[in-house]
Amino acid sequence: MEGPIQTKRSASLQPLLSRIFLIGMSLFYISPMYWMLVTALKSDRELANFPPTLWPHEIVWQNFDQATRTFPFLSYLENTIFYAALTVLGSVLSNFVIAYGFSRIKWTGRDLLFYPVIASIFIFIQFPVNPITMVPMFSFFARLGLVNSFLPLILPTFFGNPFFIFLLRQFMLQIPADLSEAARIDGANEFQIMYRIILPLARPALVVVGLLAGVNAWNDFLGPLIYLQNDKLYTLSLGLTFFKTMHGIQFNLLMAASCLVVLPVIVVFLFFQRFFIEGISLGGK
Amino acid sequence: MGLLFISPWIIGFFLFLLYPVLSNFHLGMTQYSGFGEPEWIGLRNYQQLLKDPLFWTSLSNTFYYVLLAVPLGVAVAIALAMAMNQKVREVTLYRALLYIPSIAPIFALAMMLIWLLNPRFGLFNYLLGLLHIPAINWLGDTRWSKLAIVLVAQFGAGNIGLIFLTALRAIPARLYDAASLDGAGPWKKFWYITLPLLTPTILYDIIIGIGLGLQVFVPAYIMTDGGPLNSTMFTALYIYKNAFEYSQVGLAAAVSGILFIINVVLAVTIFWSSKYWVNYHLE
Repeated sequence: MEGPIQTKRSASLQPLLSRIFLIGMSLFYISPMYWMLVTALKSDRELANFPPTLWPHEIVWQNFDQATRTFPFLSYLENTIFYAALTVLGSVLSNFVIAYGFSRIKWTGRDLLFYPVIASIFIFIQFPVNPITMVPMFSFFARLGLVNSFLPLILPTFFGNPFFIFLLRQFMLQIPADLSEAARIDGANEFQIMYRIILPLARPALVVVGLLAGVNAWNDFLGPLIYLQNDKLYTLSLGLTFFKTMHGIQFNLLMAASCLVVLPVIVVFLFFQRFFIEGISLGGK
Repeated sequence: MGLLFISPWIIGFFLFLLYPVLSNFHLGMTQYSGFGEPEWIGLRNYQQLLKDPLFWTSLSNTFYYVLLAVPLGVAVAIALAMAMNQKVREVTLYRALLYIPSIAPIFALAMMLIWLLNPRFGLFNYLLGLLHIPAINWLGDTRWSKLAIVLVAQFGAGNIGLIFLTALRAIPARLYDAASLDGAGPWKKFWYITLPLLTPTILYDIIIGIGLGLQVFVPAYIMTDGGPLNSTMFTALYIYKNAFEYSQVGLAAAVSGILFIINVVLAVTIFWSSKYWVNYHLE
């Protein structure tokens, strides 16, 4: 008798406990974003209050206006979009073709050559610039006179990224081989099969790669820091450092600018939520 | 034919991985300011590093960070995955809230944290004050500064959390049902079913986490610039400063080479150890 009653009670208690756990964690995770917005809307006077007010008592929208005039916001926005757009192009193009070669064509040594791809994931965790390779790569690009251009940041994305290759390969291996075989019998060559048959089917996975690559470029700090030394070329990430002055940081303005940088990422996420979640999950298989 | 398709990656592998990794050891044996020609000096950079206390500080800071951030990161990611796996109707909403910080730019999070952790006006100390914990100078006190940097990284755990979620869902329900019949409680189920079956994902997370930890740069650059008293001078920051602020390109390359070797040794060791603790037998 004891068993069923206990299950019944825990069954009604379970969703409540789950919700408390979920709400607690969500609050913690969203707190920096919330605090960013709240701080962005506070007046200088309210900012100096202690204890801090948990929401702005007087909303100062002008902070956004003033923040975008503290640094050349529009031109940095343009630079960031340029960087992100070309990164998306390079990543989608190169990783699709490479992953195609690793999954849709049978050739000797294919699976053997895939080991170095997997092994190099941990070096390329930060992409395109990472602390392990940045010194020689910088010297290399400096010799070619390419510092202060976007080329050192964009060029690597046209040569594949191990994580994206892995992701797309996983996806394309699930497409039945018969589709390619049938087309081959009909006389289609490999490029035609790739373009006409596999490309449309792989589109969801390519959207994931494009999204992740674009967000990664948007969020890149180290790459622009090293290669974009001319402040006309700065991206938004470097633009935020304008708020750090000798007199300290004006946090309401900095946070207003930060909100403007973060907002597009969140909007893109909300639009493509399903792709993000499913794409990352694909990497887990 | 297949080689033709993967040829961009082969070029990339040589140009953007093999070349710089090997070049680190070559440049590491030169005196090079970034201008003119590198001058060959043999092992002198390495001798100088052995004597430089800041180099050792940077290594010990980095190890401290890895030792703290990696296990904590695994625990947080599993907690996130279990949260995302709860059976409540609006779970997709929570999933989005938990995931969003991981795609937000880390530099913006880091700047936010400077304010959140401000010793005088920060929300964090205020909340601690409500619990009667005295104010902590998070970014100005050598005892807490590394912890603050570790904290930033935890906000990015949503990504790996999703991978753990996939692994959680792959665990057959019948295992839990069988355990229930045997009278196992939630803790026992977690310990004897969930955790062992998550070990492949834990292995992946540890290897990625070690790579991320050894390369940690942006939060330290933005929040503390290596301070106070070099307590957040991580190796990546040490490399950056030598190469781009002190014109010690050769020395910086030598350190990058050492960091690469450490990364490979740790990754290989963990991978080798996996046969003792990773469970690959789901079915």
